Amino acid sequence: MAQTIPKDFNEIQSEMIETDLLIVGGGNAGCFAAVEAKTKNPSLKVTIMEKAHISRSGATAAGMDAINTYLRTDKGETPESLVKWSRAQVGGGPIREDLALSNAKILNETVDMLEEWGLPFVKDEEGHKQLRGRFDVSIHGEQLKPIMAEKAMEMGAQVLNRVVATNLLMDGDRCIGAMGIGVRDGKFYVIRAKATIVSTGGACGIYKSPTTDYSGAHHQTWMCPFNVGTGYAMGIRAGAEMSSLEQRWVATRTKDFSGPVDTLSVAFGCLITNAKGERVMQVRYADKGGDKAARFYRLNAPMTEWLEGRGPTYVDTTVLSQEDAKDLREDLLNERPSFVLFLASRGHDITKEPVEIYGSDPYIVGGHTGSGYWVDINRMTTTPGLFAAGETAGGNPNKFVGGCGAEGRLAARGAVEYVKNVKLPALDKAQVEKEKERVFAPLLRGPEYDGVTGIEMEERMQRLMDEYAGGIHQFYRMNEERLDHALKNLKMLKDQTKYLYAKDLHELMNALEVIDRLDVAEVLVHHLKYRKETRWPGWQTRMDYPDVDPKLDCFVESRRDQKTGEIQMSTRPYEQIIPGDRTKP
Amino acid sequence: MPPKVDREKCDGCKAEKESLCEQVCPGDLMHLGEDQKAFCRMPRDCWDCMSCIKACPKGALETRIPYQLGYHVARLIPMMGTNTITWTCIDLNGKVERYQYRNRGSDD
Repeated sequence: MAQTIPKDFNEIQSEMIETDLLIVGGGNAGCFAAVEAKTKNPSLKVTIMEKAHISRSGATAAGMDAINTYLRTDKGETPESLVKWSRAQVGGGPIREDLALSNAKILNETVDMLEEWGLPFVKDEEGHKQLRGRFDVSIHGEQLKPIMAEKAMEMGAQVLNRVVATNLLMDGDRCIGAMGIGVRDGKFYVIRAKATIVSTGGACGIYKSPTTDYSGAHHQTWMCPFNVGTGYAMGIRAGAEMSSLEQRWVATRTKDFSGPVDTLSVAFGCLITNAKGERVMQVRYADKGGDKAARFYRLNAPMTEWLEGRGPTYVDTTVLSQEDAKDLREDLLNERPSFVLFLASRGHDITKEPVEIYGSDPYIVGGHTGSGYWVDINRMTTTPGLFAAGETAGGNPNKFVGGCGAEGRLAARGAVEYVKNVKLPALDKAQVEKEKERVFAPLLRGPEYDGVTGIEMEERMQRLMDEYAGGIHQFYRMNEERLDHALKNLKMLKDQTKYLYAKDLHELMNALEVIDRLDVAEVLVHHLKYRKETRWPGWQTRMDYPDVDPKLDCFVESRRDQKTGEIQMSTRPYEQIIPGDRTKP
Repeated sequence: MPPKVDREKCDGCKAEKESLCEQVCPGDLMHLGEDQKAFCRMPRDCWDCMSCIKACPKGALETRIPYQLGYHVARLIPMMGTNTITWTCIDLNGKVERYQYRNRGSDD
């Protein structure tokens, strides 16, 4: 489709929209939020601002092969048992047990909604959703994303496809909507809303990926590379409080092609082995729980084996029969079909040779670890009128698909209550004009401008973060001096964003993406500096502070000072609600 | 790696306001050239999610593994049916495997 590329500022058209509830990001949490809001109040105007096309956008674009959290109550599982398990997965926390419990209480009904909407679940002989681990149930989830999107639209949500959010619209300290650009129509969007839910997904591409390759494989990442942390960046710029960004997520993936490992190791019993043929988790992590050790131990184990001279590392698929191997490939087709193609491109018979595994680049994803906005029990951030759900909401790890959906519903309930008592103030024209100038500047500099492209700056930032802020090529390790070096250069890069230029709307989006990633990276490094201990090896490995410091058994928080631009750090206490040993599931 | 486009089969989705691969790509990467054939504007940026392959009404698109990561050539072709999906996979050695299952609704 031909793009409309504005040549000068006066050519840029503005689209003004008023709504009751704006949802930024029509992924898993966003679709559930829309359905819940329209269920609670069908007359409410709900608008979804979607960066791509809602039918196949974001992290679940390719599909899923399991719902990783579901309570089989017939097996004695309860909301409390799930929270206890989640707490142990992050080494005893700290986690927000209040948030986790409220999520767990509506988890099953949320997952059951997916079944009602047409998502096929695999059933066991008694007709229950079939378990493949303690809490994960198997699905045929190739259509997961279109199914959620269709339901949100059927319920009457207005969807703005190909509109990329760039900043929140503010009235003093209160959020009253968001602004963005249309990457197809070249228009500037101003969406005024009584309440806003930010559910943009997390941040991928802050760090260099191990398969980074300019010509064909820059995006062999586990997390969706089009989720660039815009949700966090908009909040950071508006002065919202961020929590636990230093609890990064590092995934163990199949080497050279980011394929799922849990599918192999959890569902099919293919255990982690090293070059010596040792069962790594049993031999080296028996005291941490072996193959059931906390998640960060399992994720960090393969890279530690490489570092200590026992790589390559594998999941031992040679235990599988030919029939099991075909079932496994069928599961993989539901979530990461191109991984099946990758195996085929190597002529790899997994029953004869094990599958190599490796660490991923680190991500900031609050649906998996605790990174994200500090939210209250209604999922409102410290910015009034702004709610967060899914990967953007912090403190509540291990949400995955079911939990992010549940949280979208909780955020919608909070927002529906909030809009009852608010009115929209008059439009602040100066704020809108300033943002319009900011976002279109790289495009208006023109294609001949002697400057920097978004992609060039992205690669520079990714290498900086990889080497100095604990990326995979440094085995996730960092120290104070390296972090200071990262901060110094991030400041330099941020200053150089004034040289960004773009020749079309796609490149303009790339330029705005790197600005967002830089804002997230800067706050992340402040978090990594503050936690002077090593609480979650791999996710957060401080070579200069290798042990746990009991004084840091708390949440690390940040907020950008709106006057000086400085990042201010603070802590919040951990509150234990579920009694018992925090490290035991 | 971006999808390989069969230029004979691709008709640019003439009947649509915007071609389906352009509509669906989560990375805003698929685009029609001046010749009205689809292409990927930034080969390095493809996530290999295969959304465009599933959406293409002409079967003109095919995901290929980047040569940096895999050998030439294996193929994986999805066919979208009513509530089912059928995959055909042909590996490096020419071995063919087929998978068919329900992707919407339940068997009962």
